[in-house]
Amino acid sequence: MNFLSIENLYKSYGENLVLERLNLTVEQGEFVSMVGASGCGKSTFLNMLLGKEKQTKGKIVFEGKELTQEPDAERGIVFQKYSVFPHLTVLQNVMIADEFSHSPILGWTFGKSKKEIKQKAMSFIDAVGLSPAIKKYPHELSGGMQQRLAIAQALMKAPKILLLDEPFGALDPGIRADMHELILDIWQKNKLTIFMVTHDIQEGFKLGSRLWVFDKIRQDPQAPNAYGAQVTFDLSLTTENSKAAAKELLKEAS
Amino acid sequence: MKRLMNLTPSKPLSIFLSLMPFVLILFVYWNASNVRLAENPNDKLLPSFSQISSAVDRLAFNEDKRTGKYIFWVDTQASLYRIGLGILISAASGLIIGLLTGLVPIARSNLSPVVTIISLIPPMAILPILFISFGLGELAKVMLIIIGTAPVIIRDMQSRVLQLPSEQLIKAQTLGASTWLVALRVVLPQILPSLISSMRLSLGAAWLFLIAAEAIAAQEGLGYRIFLVRRYMSMDVIFPYVIWITTLAFLMDFSLKRLSQLCFPWYHDIESGK
Ligand SMILES: Nc1ncnc2c1ncn2[C@@H]1O[C@H](COP(=O)(O)OP(=O)(O)OP(=O)(O)O)[C@@H](O)[C@H]1O
Ligand SMILES: [Mg+2]
Repeated sequence: MNFLSIENLYKSYGENLVLERLNLTVEQGEFVSMVGASGCGKSTFLNMLLGKEKQTKGKIVFEGKELTQEPDAERGIVFQKYSVFPHLTVLQNVMIADEFSHSPILGWTFGKSKKEIKQKAMSFIDAVGLSPAIKKYPHELSGGMQQRLAIAQALMKAPKILLLDEPFGALDPGIRADMHELILDIWQKNKLTIFMVTHDIQEGFKLGSRLWVFDKIRQDPQAPNAYGAQVTFDLSLTTENSKAAAKELLKEAS
Repeated sequence: MKRLMNLTPSKPLSIFLSLMPFVLILFVYWNASNVRLAENPNDKLLPSFSQISSAVDRLAFNEDKRTGKYIFWVDTQASLYRIGLGILISAASGLIIGLLTGLVPIARSNLSPVVTIISLIPPMAILPILFISFGLGELAKVMLIIIGTAPVIIRDMQSRVLQLPSEQLIKAQTLGASTWLVALRVVLPQILPSLISSMRLSLGAAWLFLIAAEAIAAQEGLGYRIFLVRRYMSMDVIFPYVIWITTLAFLMDFSLKRLSQLCFPWYHDIESGK
């Protein structure tokens, strides 16, 4: 049984066919980088994995069952922005994840369970290097720090799948490199399955164990919306050799 | 020389500039009153400062001979009770209904149209209905304030909830939150500061409805008194009452603002950074 399999998936918004005929399988622990032209449907694809958007046709099977059609704690997400809660401090932002499950009525914890949650939250905050800022509110943090906070927050629930939609798009190159180290470290330690959309193909190569290129194969100049994008390249990046081969292939194609 | 729009006044200058209009108004009034009183000492239109202060003294610091009460304070208490109760009930219902209709699509289809329609009814037009159905007591006056202000607050709260980035609501769900917990820990704290600013904006309308209701049927209250003494053209009572109402309105507005700054520092930081 595959960890996640996508069977003949279509997605359209009204007349606009965005994605078509997607047939893909993913094993646990893979890191899938996704690239493609703007507007080709990468975010739409992530939203379907998240359960926020419903596919028009086809199936997404996750661990043998069809995927739940609403977001849940099995799938974590880091958006490009607006991912953290502006009214909570760094520590509260991370603690809230476990407070939800520990206190379904009040939403707040006290005493011993609060202490335990705080300890767990501190370990994740430490992992993303935000310990000096635990009392700060998100608007007092830089863009990179906010993204690190969002990652720590998402990791609290130990999601099986982590979805990243251009998580580092707004960051400058130096911070971006730090974030790459961080995410690779977290991926390996937590045995996560990651799907990451990026506009930077170098980033895709560097981080991914697999690269998907979204593109339209069929084009009708009279009706640009008649055909959707598909995954035109599905390349393994697990070894240096395969990486080199993948780069070669993409160079030829373009 | 900098552009006019880039010149900021120094602190003393800014204090002077802000006080000047008040001094000017007092001076103009004092002058006009002197002129009129010199012509006719019994003139009632622009009483002198000493006439005004003796009226205040009579109403606020001496017992009324007939009732044995300090009329000014009885009026103040009655009015503050009505407006306070009215605005609190409006705020509470605005918060609960607005949060519900903003977050839950089923509640929105159910309640949003009826709230919109109610908000379009001119409250003064149904004042007779309120007096007929709730009697001439406190309830009708408080109801008028609620009907006049609650729909606006409800609609404001609903739109605040809808303006929250959908990313946040999805994020909370991926952290395992139920609808209740999203409402309690993500939405509620973020719309509370807006609730306070919405209350501040509704205060003007609330005073309007309060004074209107008191003018028509009451035994005491600031609005009642003003309309009562109007028959005797007692400007020496009307003026201090109006100033007092303005002061109370200012204090309510100011303390709500302070409360908000105290409780929601993150909100005011973000607002001022915009
Ligand atoms: N809610 C929606 N309603 C209608 N059309 C939508 C909706 N969301 C996306 N689309 C359309 O679907 C297509 C794909 O959008 P999507 O956001 O998935 O692109 P993307 O690949 O993520 O682009 P980018 O790289 O710019 O983020 C676009 O043509 C867009 O107009
Ligand atoms: Mg996108």
